Amino acid sequence: MPASYGANEHLPVLGVRLCGVQLPNPLILASGILGTEAELLARVARAGAGAVTAKSCSPQPRAGHRNPTVLAWEHGLINAVGLANPGVEAELGELQRARIMLGPLGAALIASAFADTVEGFAQVAARLVEAKPDLIEVNISCPNVHDEFGTPFAADPVAAAEVTAAVKEAVAGAAPVLIKLSPNVTDIAAIACAVAEAGADGISAINTLTGMIIDVHARRPILANRTGGLSGPAIRPLAVRCVYDLYEAVDVPIVGVGGVDSGRDAVEMIMAGATAVGIGSAVYGEGPEAFCRIADEMRALIAELGYETVDEMCGAAH
Amino acid sequence: MAEPLPTSLPQVARIVERRDETPHVRTFVFDLSLAGQPGQFVMAWLPGVDEKPFSLVRDKPVTLAVARVGPFTEAVFGLDVGDQIWLRGPLGTPFRLPASGPEASGQTAGDLLLVGGGYGIAPMRFLAGQALEAGWGVDVVIGARTDADVFYLDRFAASGARVRVTTEDGSLGEQGFATDAVHRLLDQRAYREWYACGPEPMLEAVARLGLSRRVPVQLSYERYMRCGLGVCGSCSRQGWLVCRDGPVRRVTP
Repeated sequence: MPASYGANEHLPVLGVRLCGVQLPNPLILASGILGTEAELLARVARAGAGAVTAKSCSPQPRAGHRNPTVLAWEHGLINAVGLANPGVEAELGELQRARIMLGPLGAALIASAFADTVEGFAQVAARLVEAKPDLIEVNISCPNVHDEFGTPFAADPVAAAEVTAAVKEAVAGAAPVLIKLSPNVTDIAAIACAVAEAGADGISAINTLTGMIIDVHARRPILANRTGGLSGPAIRPLAVRCVYDLYEAVDVPIVGVGGVDSGRDAVEMIMAGATAVGIGSAVYGEGPEAFCRIADEMRALIAELGYETVDEMCGAAH
Repeated sequence: MAEPLPTSLPQVARIVERRDETPHVRTFVFDLSLAGQPGQFVMAWLPGVDEKPFSLVRDKPVTLAVARVGPFTEAVFGLDVGDQIWLRGPLGTPFRLPASGPEASGQTAGDLLLVGGGYGIAPMRFLAGQALEAGWGVDVVIGARTDADVFYLDRFAASGARVRVTTEDGSLGEQGFATDAVHRLLDQRAYREWYACGPEPMLEAVARLGLSRRVPVQLSYERYMRCGLGVCGSCSRQGWLVCRDGPVRRVTP
């Protein structure tokens, strides 16, 4: 819980409900950032996150790409870690430890599933519920494993819906299922409609945008994977537009993710239509403490705008 | 965030000097200067090969000690004067000299103890240089497996530091581990602060000893790293990020 929590009782409480799960505040540690270890998830929760997402895990362990895997450029980060993870079996242990550590902190735990087949997604999700996460996020949109697995499921409404239906069946109501969508598509709303129809309880948007940075002296891309996912301030307006479009297109709750680094940014995302807000690259600037600052800024801004709850602002820009 | 964030992109550098220190360790000096501190590291990139962290032996010009331990360092060993490499950094937390200067402390508690095990001696050269310049008396303990693994001995000696060497087989200096030499030094002298870099069991032993002698100890850790920026979580030790919270950790009694 942030140190300043309750310090100003006239300020609004930030609590929200996401797919029926109560969060102490709408700020969620986005997948792929600091989610590798139970202690790290707990550290981010202590720094003020309302929920934390563990690193995506796959049926089998993955070494990920060689370095360089992450760079900071002028307007954000670019990464191609390549979904390095210890596999669902080992991940279960971390999630169970995280579950225990997060309990007293009040932060929700989101497990993240990744696979290269529809069956694989279902298999991972079925195992993940054993750790009793509050929510399960399904990462059908990683842009960095294209060479291995071809076009992500998130690029095709039929494939995205198949994964969603299979995961929903595997999870069998044990936890709400969020589907994480890619901005690297022509019409993100069409994909969202397909996964919502297939039973998705909510949508996370957006994953990173495919990009590339070339070193002119080396005359080649810097990332070992050549391409990587752009995140941070540069993609925020694009993420806001996607969330705005999704809010018009579907009725399920949306976790808005992309470049949020201030209370103003978070409120903007919520006004676009997000119920909760993912935060990732902001951790680069100041570490997990970014959560406490952003929550404080949100409280002050919400009061200034004359709202009493976060929910009231949801979709206010429409 | 009001201010734009610092970028972390590789900068091209050319090798201007290359020296063999041992059969497995080579010093590289580059035509690039950075504003770094002892204990900080850079990520060195060879296009098409990999990118790995290396402690700064010096920042101006950037100097690195590279031990041949795997495919990346093997590729670095293949580089000659004039060849290019790319460096990103400096990154991480530095070793810090005591806040008050050496003149402020009494005669018995005014020196610094630097312990380097194996390749962990590399950042100690930078630290010793800075400490000596600031007027501190410096004891350096170099711990190695055999005499063939000892490096920078002459440079420490030339810099004015008092140096002790331990080797596991007794082929140079005292036979035993670096911590054995530390024990013996503690019989002669009290230190204001200790600094250690090397294998984790050595760091833990030094930390325990520091706690029992009630002396602050700064330890530099090593872990497999990806981003070096505190975002990917690859280098976490129970929630402590070696790349961003560290690599230097200060343990106080």
